[in-house]
Amino acid sequence: MTKNSRLINLGFQLAALVLAILFTTLILLAVGAPPLEAYKNIISGSVGSFKKFTDVLVSWVPLLLTSTGLLITFSAGLWNIGVEGQITLGAIATTWMLRLLQDSGLPPALIIVLSILGGMVGGALWASLTGVLKTFGGVNEIFGGLGLNFVATAFTLWLIFGPWKRPGVGSMSGTEPFDEALWLPMFPELRLSPWALVIALAAIVIVYLMLQGTYFGLRLKAVGKNFKAAYLLGIPTWQYMMISFMLCGALAGAAGAIQVTAVYHRLIPSISSGYGYLGLLVAMLVNYQAIWAVPVALFFAGLNIGSIQLPIVLKLDSSLSGVLQGMLVLFVLMVEGARQQFMRRS
Amino acid sequence: MDSNTLIIGLAGVLFAAAPVIFAVIGETISERAGVINLSMNGTILLSAMGAFAVSVRTENLFLGFLMGMFIGALVALVVAFASITLKQSQVAVGFVLALLCRDLSYFLGNPFMGLAGLRLPALPVSGLSQIPVIGPLLFNQDLMTYLSYLLIFLAWLWIFRTRPGLMLQGIGERPAAAFVRGANVNFMRYVYTMLGGAIIGLAGPTYSLSVKAGWKGTISGLDGIGWIALAITIFGGWNPLRAAFGAYLFALLQWLGLVLQPSLPNIPSQVLQVAPFPLMILTLLLVNIGNAEWVERTLAALPGPTRRFIAKVLRTLRASPPAALGIPFETD
Repeated sequence: MTKNSRLINLGFQLAALVLAILFTTLILLAVGAPPLEAYKNIISGSVGSFKKFTDVLVSWVPLLLTSTGLLITFSAGLWNIGVEGQITLGAIATTWMLRLLQDSGLPPALIIVLSILGGMVGGALWASLTGVLKTFGGVNEIFGGLGLNFVATAFTLWLIFGPWKRPGVGSMSGTEPFDEALWLPMFPELRLSPWALVIALAAIVIVYLMLQGTYFGLRLKAVGKNFKAAYLLGIPTWQYMMISFMLCGALAGAAGAIQVTAVYHRLIPSISSGYGYLGLLVAMLVNYQAIWAVPVALFFAGLNIGSIQLPIVLKLDSSLSGVLQGMLVLFVLMVEGARQQFMRRS
Repeated sequence: MDSNTLIIGLAGVLFAAAPVIFAVIGETISERAGVINLSMNGTILLSAMGAFAVSVRTENLFLGFLMGMFIGALVALVVAFASITLKQSQVAVGFVLALLCRDLSYFLGNPFMGLAGLRLPALPVSGLSQIPVIGPLLFNQDLMTYLSYLLIFLAWLWIFRTRPGLMLQGIGERPAAAFVRGANVNFMRYVYTMLGGAIIGLAGPTYSLSVKAGWKGTISGLDGIGWIALAITIFGGWNPLRAAFGAYLFALLQWLGLVLQPSLPNIPSQVLQVAPFPLMILTLLLVNIGNAEWVERTLAALPGPTRRFIAKVLRTLRASPPAALGIPFETD
């Protein structure tokens, strides 16, 4: 790529960012809200203090894990919308393991490790359902995955109100919290666990190396780019699709496991917190360049945390973060299209 | 349950299915032209909120419905522009819009949450509504429910019984052939995507001004319906009649869930509410499994009569999408 075309690319990407902010500002003006105040609030709410920044990191970990997983399925050309349910099933499997082992007398560290591994297996198995539906039933992964997401939510509610309900009566606040010995160790005075950070960073590094530097990654991308050609080349295509679903499910399951062991310390109805859908946006934005998932996920997590105080301070709905994120991805897609048209003409 | 309550219940099913009908017919038209409008879930929420807001401000129901159609067409225009002109993935653009429009509806709808609004009045058809059974079932509804019946047949007639409808099938199945026959493929795709979008945009107001009147933000209970409607469109095999059947079946199952709730006290209500989703997967499985290679191989190994029977069942259920669905068309 010449220096000139790199500059053009950068210009187009900046244009997308400007357009996204412009449109969001127009929307803020339309509801009579002060845009600068709103943006200032989001910034101060996310990086205004050290404590707030660590909260951003708490939400960055599961988002990065799911985005990392989705990079694998995207490479294989699959739209794994079912990732939301895979997070949920990871959380359920982790909770199940913790309940099973909490009175076993095993050392707590071992119980935590086993439970997180259990969560990864749970996520992978749930993802394999979407894979089986696609390969053997011809059900598009978008619809199979979506349906399974709703099933996963129902399963969570049933567990919380049924077999795993709190002593007395079940409630939307979730299951009985686990003993502090079974929490993933935290930084003192913070909600952030160093172990969670380590797991997320290890995952992105491993997946980056796998996609960039291994034969497996290359063949996976071949399946994604041209399914038929890959099949004719002798790549076992459906097995590769299945493996990519399960790897993504395992990482999403790890995100769910961390939500249980490091954030909520119990199972709650909305345990997946929309990280799956947000992860899809992150994965679309970084467009196969795995390492970019790290800053983009951090930025998105910052928007989420920063907008929490909007309803209190400015009487605005906190969904503003979702509007900004959506606008950003939409304009990046459109501007990329415009760039391709522009390049073709010139 | 006596026959009177049953008729009232079933009339309620037809009423509750009306918005789903709009959604699946709109999507069917758009997909027939070769464009998947995956934004449906967000479009329905945004049009529901927009229509409610407009009708609260202007105290005019008609303007509310108009706003819904406008929003639907506008979102569809973005899908069309990004996919037809800019040649980006329809799935990607649609998915982003589904999330963006949902969050927009919650953000913009915040000031209107819980306000008292207008509601579409019932409009019994004089004469027809007096007929026993059929009258209270079909003709004691509101205007949008009648429109939903009408739309099913209009869409079917248009697609399968008119010349422009034949062209519509052409631009979705064989755009190159349609182009040779003189169709402006990309322009027609724009038109049909926006028309389909406008019809999808009727689904939102039909909820917020009639079936589930009001706007309650995240607890409006509308999030997810668009995704179900997308699945019903596939179940419907891109045929308005079969899609409508799917929509009625869905509404019937939801109603049965409500009716059966008291006799199943051990199951929390949230679980019964999601009962349609596993059924959705199952129906998609039934519709698609006939296309799978291993099924053909297994069938070939079965004895004659059984094989013929199963093959016939699968063929009846099977649906194949328009051949050029999701593929951009280029003239060169």
